[in-house]
Amino acid sequence: MTYVKPLPEEDKWSGPFYEAARDGKLVAQRCAATGKFFFPPSPVSPFTRDKEWSWEPLAGTGKIASYVVMHQKYFPGFADEVPYPVIEVELDEGVRLISNIVELGDRELAVGLPVEVVFSKVSDEFTLPLFKPAN
Amino acid sequence: MSDWNLRDKACIVGVGSTAYGAFPETDAVGLGVDALRAAVDDAGITFDDIDGVILNRLPYDRFAEVANLQTPFLMPTEAHGRFSAIALNMAVEALASGQCKTIALVYGNDGRTAKMKYGGGAGFWAPWGFTSPGASHAMMFRRHMAEFGTTSEDLAHIAVAFRDHATKNPAAVMQKPISVEDHQNSRYVCDPLHLLDYCLINDGGVAWIMTTAERARDMKQKPVYVSGYARQDDFSQNSYPADDYWYPALQKVSSQIYDRAGISRDDIDGLMIYDNFSPTVIFALEGMGFCKQGEGGSFVRDGMLQLGKGRWPTNTSGGHLSESYMQGWALIVEAVRQLRGGQVPADRQIANAKALQFLLATPVAASIILRNDA
Repeated sequence: MTYVKPLPEEDKWSGPFYEAARDGKLVAQRCAATGKFFFPPSPVSPFTRDKEWSWEPLAGTGKIASYVVMHQKYFPGFADEVPYPVIEVELDEGVRLISNIVELGDRELAVGLPVEVVFSKVSDEFTLPLFKPAN
Repeated sequence: MSDWNLRDKACIVGVGSTAYGAFPETDAVGLGVDALRAAVDDAGITFDDIDGVILNRLPYDRFAEVANLQTPFLMPTEAHGRFSAIALNMAVEALASGQCKTIALVYGNDGRTAKMKYGGGAGFWAPWGFTSPGASHAMMFRRHMAEFGTTSEDLAHIAVAFRDHATKNPAAVMQKPISVEDHQNSRYVCDPLHLLDYCLINDGGVAWIMTTAERARDMKQKPVYVSGYARQDDFSQNSYPADDYWYPALQKVSSQIYDRAGISRDDIDGLMIYDNFSPTVIFALEGMGFCKQGEGGSFVRDGMLQLGKGRWPTNTSGGHLSESYMQGWALIVEAVRQLRGGQVPADRQIANAKALQFLLATPVAASIILRNDA
């Protein structure tokens, strides 16, 4: 089955994020001087403006900081799923990801809900981090 | 006291606007020229008097060719509505420096005919189906709901007030009154935001003519003084819905603008708030200190922003929600017409308006105070 949703536009900065996701790992850049993580992938640390940063693993756990339910059909690939929720996840390390919720079951989508990362392979090239309610 | 010394140095002396709607027979440049011609007439000047140009959403070289504006100063600005405030500030500075004597500021937009889509394009979050400025504001508003208990029904009161104003404005695209229930029953575009929380994309043009206060005194229209402005950017969350509603940046603007304008908040007779989506009205009112943070939802209820009812008549033209999304530019025109007096229908006039304030809650937090009695 062909994957019809938008695929990431991998560039020289985001490449390692998606490579790690293919291996089932969640990573982000960490500023060497401050120890703080930053995202989306960038050429320099916004805290120091220098290139002294490294890709480091994230625990993959956090909480829902906010969420919306998309009703408008913006992407043809999502047209069959409207209305669908989108969540803003604040990870334990302080960085945020916009993502989707899976395995919600009969739990209610809510701000503050603890979540943990799962990975969804969408093509040979791309695997997307998604989130499910934390155990 | 600050070092800022631009109080009442520049004036808006001409305004022009086209009709707002679908105009496939022209384009953004054509609409911009139409608006500029109206502003030139309104100011009682000729095109030869213009020695500076600031453009928004227009191709600068083509516009200058078509409008035949050959000047020593021309500045194009990016399409974001935040440049309405930035352009006005820049004009004051160009006038104060002596670089220009008479500046034309022109906005042209053919977004409706061009079927401009604010969503569905490329973006870092597109793989997860997250797109559009509206969704970003919806995400911010959900956070605000969780943090402070604000509700969608609070937003309805904003939409209802602005629609009431639009019914007194023949130029407004929306003319039918709405109720809180109508807002609540309108379809979701991005839950928690309904259709009636969104601005109206249309074709249209807007222009302002600005000059120095000295020149303005002898001109055709009663001058509207730029008494003060302040701005603080915060792009630190540019890739995300801002988790602080730009509150710190807005607070800084709020702490400066009244001192700069030489008046207090109590002297302000009405507001023009950049309302791309209804939650930004709450973010702006809280950030600029009209109410405490978290209390914006209850603050806007029951006509607080409604002409003839509340203390703070806001967006008396109908604003972006009910007049047309002219990205701040038409709100300034409305402020000018209100401050001149007698240029809007009597039932839309803010009685004895002397000072109006423009509020902009975006990654560029900004505010402008305009007066007629400086």
